Amino acid sequence: MYKPGSVAVVGAAETTRLGVIPELSEIGLHADAALNALADAGLKPTDIDGLACVGQMRPQMVAHYLGITPRWVDGTGVGGCSFMLHVRHAAAAIAAGYCNTVLITHGESGKSRVAPIARAPEPGSLAGQFEVPFGPVGPPTLFPIPVLRYMKTYGVTHEQMAMVAVVQREWAAKNPRAAFRDPITVDDVLNSRMIAYPFRLLQCCLVTDGGGALILTSADRAKDFPTRPAYILGSGESVETTMVSQMADFTSSRAFRVAGPEAFRMAGIKHADVDHLMIYDAFAHLPMYGLEDLGFVGRGEAKDFIWERNTAPGGKLPMNTNGGGLSYTHTGMYGMFALQESVRQVRGTAPAQAGDVKIAVSHGVGGMFSASGTIVFGRDRP
Amino acid sequence: MTPLDPARPKPLPTPETRHFWDGTKAGKLLLQRCGDTGQAYFPPRPFSPFTGTRNVEVFEASGRATLLSYVIHHRPAPGFTPPYAIAVVKLAEGPQMMTNIIDCPQTPEALVLDMPLEVAFVPLDDAITLPLFRPAEAR
Repeated sequence: MYKPGSVAVVGAAETTRLGVIPELSEIGLHADAALNALADAGLKPTDIDGLACVGQMRPQMVAHYLGITPRWVDGTGVGGCSFMLHVRHAAAAIAAGYCNTVLITHGESGKSRVAPIARAPEPGSLAGQFEVPFGPVGPPTLFPIPVLRYMKTYGVTHEQMAMVAVVQREWAAKNPRAAFRDPITVDDVLNSRMIAYPFRLLQCCLVTDGGGALILTSADRAKDFPTRPAYILGSGESVETTMVSQMADFTSSRAFRVAGPEAFRMAGIKHADVDHLMIYDAFAHLPMYGLEDLGFVGRGEAKDFIWERNTAPGGKLPMNTNGGGLSYTHTGMYGMFALQESVRQVRGTAPAQAGDVKIAVSHGVGGMFSASGTIVFGRDRP
Repeated sequence: MTPLDPARPKPLPTPETRHFWDGTKAGKLLLQRCGDTGQAYFPPRPFSPFTGTRNVEVFEASGRATLLSYVIHHRPAPGFTPPYAIAVVKLAEGPQMMTNIIDCPQTPEALVLDMPLEVAFVPLDDAITLPLFRPAEAR
């Protein structure tokens, strides 16, 4: 295992624009984000010797497009948290000497659909046989399926579930790049258009175009770069199932319960040490599952923790401070944007800076509770 | 029973799942059981997800289940008339299955978690019959 703090993020950037970007294909979004991250780190493509991006054949496509000759590649594609896994794998690869400088890229034409990756399950796959014939058409019909069970088990009200979106909009209001910045109330959420009961429009993530990129290298070199390094203190990963119907416990994610604690153990931190938290919020229930599965609160306590504004501006655990997938942006694989916000907070450069952030945790989900990755960032090298 | 919309997406059976779809066509809900632990499992595979043993058997389930969770989808989808519920049921034998609930209003008031259900075999076409569920007292 790599030593906590032995690898750092030294370059981080999103695409020049977020939202609707019809003039760029997916590969173009990868490249735009990568060039911005390279500029942030003061590097050229030829300085990169390790490359990670999501999906079949994507690493070679991005490598060739950008003019990179990697000696280490990672095409891990487990959904929107893949970038957390890329960071973990890249840190291990750098520590092992497989490469020196890793570029991780994300680009997705989620809204404009310019040359996107095909996503529909094959009719012969297990999901194609045992889920698709019953009417799910994409994440809004699948991700919320466990929610009613979670609400019944812990007595969560619709108002409490709506509060997640309200608090995140408060954060989004402080971010000029957030897609939605106007304040909303619990009533606004509960009166928004029904999408898939129990969730309404304002409890579902955005669908946007965009991307992001990260550059990692060894901590020994990290001080030579123009920005403050964000050290990788710990990481974790896991998967459970591609089929939400087969999730073992509808009130808790097994993948969360493996990835989160592993990252905390490795970093040697306790929950009280965490100054800033990102929990991938494709839908409003995910921050609740994340807070509980990562152990920030006990079972069933997330509803009150959020309602009492602990994660809101001024609260003791600032969470999803860019506005999250619900209000900032969501290309389809939001994990890259959670990582970007963690890095900004550790650097002290976030638009909604949450004070003096020494420890930041970025927790991602992939698929519908299908996979998970967690990264612990540190401002200081241990 | 209302016939299913022929535009509904069709499953494509594989060699490992063929027995399940043959079963639904014959009016049987076939699960598999681990030879080591006796535990039932789903979806079909020719080995146990609990121990890895290939010593597994196919058996006919009771068809009884309870409503574990669901969403009610309000937007258009090919082969469906919104609003319609996409449900996950917990079979009496243990495994969970995604399905639809028939003979029941597609409303939060009518779809009550933990309500008892029973399987109903509804043909989609000549080859495929889907296992759907209805409230157990509806017969």
